[in-house]
Amino acid sequence: MLIAVLSLAGLGAIFGIILGVAAKKFAVETDPRVDELIKVMPGANCGSCGMPGCAAFAEALVEETVKPSACAPGGASLYEKIAAILGTEQSDYQERQVAQLLCQGGVGHSKQIFRYVGIKDCHAALASFKGQKACNFGCVMQGSCSKACPFGAIQMGADGLPVVDYYLCTGCNKCVVECPQQILKLVGVSHLAHVRCVNTEKGKDAKANCSVACIKCKICEKNCPVDAVHVIPAGDGTVALIDYEKCTNCGVCAAKCPTKAIEMIAPLSEEVVLELGEQPPTGCPQCGACNVS
Amino acid sequence: MQEYFIIIVSAVLINNIVLSQFLGICPFLGVSKKLSASIGMGGAVSFVLVLSGALTWLVQTYLLTPFKIGYLQTLAFILIIASLVQFVEMVLKKYSPTLYKALGIYLPLITTNCAVLGVAIINIQKEYTLGKVLVHSLSHAAGFTLALVLMSGIRERLEDADIPESMQGTPIALVTAALMSMAFLGFSGLI
Repeated sequence: MLIAVLSLAGLGAIFGIILGVAAKKFAVETDPRVDELIKVMPGANCGSCGMPGCAAFAEALVEETVKPSACAPGGASLYEKIAAILGTEQSDYQERQVAQLLCQGGVGHSKQIFRYVGIKDCHAALASFKGQKACNFGCVMQGSCSKACPFGAIQMGADGLPVVDYYLCTGCNKCVVECPQQILKLVGVSHLAHVRCVNTEKGKDAKANCSVACIKCKICEKNCPVDAVHVIPAGDGTVALIDYEKCTNCGVCAAKCPTKAIEMIAPLSEEVVLELGEQPPTGCPQCGACNVS
Repeated sequence: MQEYFIIIVSAVLINNIVLSQFLGICPFLGVSKKLSASIGMGGAVSFVLVLSGALTWLVQTYLLTPFKIGYLQTLAFILIIASLVQFVEMVLKKYSPTLYKALGIYLPLITTNCAVLGVAIINIQKEYTLGKVLVHSLSHAAGFTLALVLMSGIRERLEDADIPESMQGTPIALVTAALMSMAFLGFSGLI
């Protein structure tokens, strides 16, 4: 009994000493800031920063090869924390971005030329006669963006159009890339007026296909007090576009727009502007960043 | 000399640690996605296997047997293997951070890799001398690396293959492993 205890204790002690010496000899100097940064990261490993996961992003931050604002889900509160840890000035503050749908032509507004019953995928729907709508610019309403969203922030509404939950949206850009019509756009949450139409056809044609289309009447352009909205050339025609740099959220354009193609959304609470609202419902957002490495 | 040759052929091909004895399946499936990582893992396991083989033999011969405490074999062997893995981890972290990252969780898992403990116990059971222990451990390590490298080569090709969705990932890897195991069965009549 005594021998058994002693011999095992002896073995343990010998290996302990060897490992202790080796730990000193082979010590790797790591920047303690990396560990601190990993702790404040959102931890979704969504890969929207371009790095394989939050840990890699934290390392890149310390090496100063990336900017804190590359982390879209983190939001302003994260940039503050990063700045505090790295001891840098918070110079590149960036507002939280959310996806805005540039189409309002849901069922009831937009004319449908046939009923689409094929595969529930926007790319597939577009392959047959450019979608079921008479308007070839708008949303085809098959929910590819909703499926692409790793945070469950896009749900399909009753009128067939996707509805973005600004509280859940992290601005990860996945839906923007997915949308075949390119009518999802990342815009800072403080911007409230949005032209929800990208139809570049002549006003008459656009209006015939959709009751909430931009008809290029230029009323918004004439009424804007800060010269922020213009009907600019796009594609084969023109369409109204708001310059968010100049826009002051006064709401005149939305009020004057005869077709209500310009929408004024309700301001989000201050907390939401700066902070990520809720964490995604499941731990893993299925973004696929883990498959990168 | 002939004896050593038989040990080598038997350990590498006939009684291949992964494909015939089904030990060390965890890293076999876990680290076989990329050829470079699998070679690194093979190297790390080989190092631990040979060193632990020798050390466990020494401990068994000069400590456990003389003091008649053979019943502590598993405990003592695990202690040796765990310490060695810790040591390898430190060395890798210092000299090859890329490999350290690629191996990830599977490096500390060598501690509980049954292949390492299995070989150590087979060494004792077959009552080998120290020379034979070294050759035997080294051949098993080579067998492990061979299986791992073959597997990763196949899996790299599988990445490009058109696999039905339900079979992608682990299912096809397991099917591949089964087919490889059956192929290695063909070596059984070699000696």
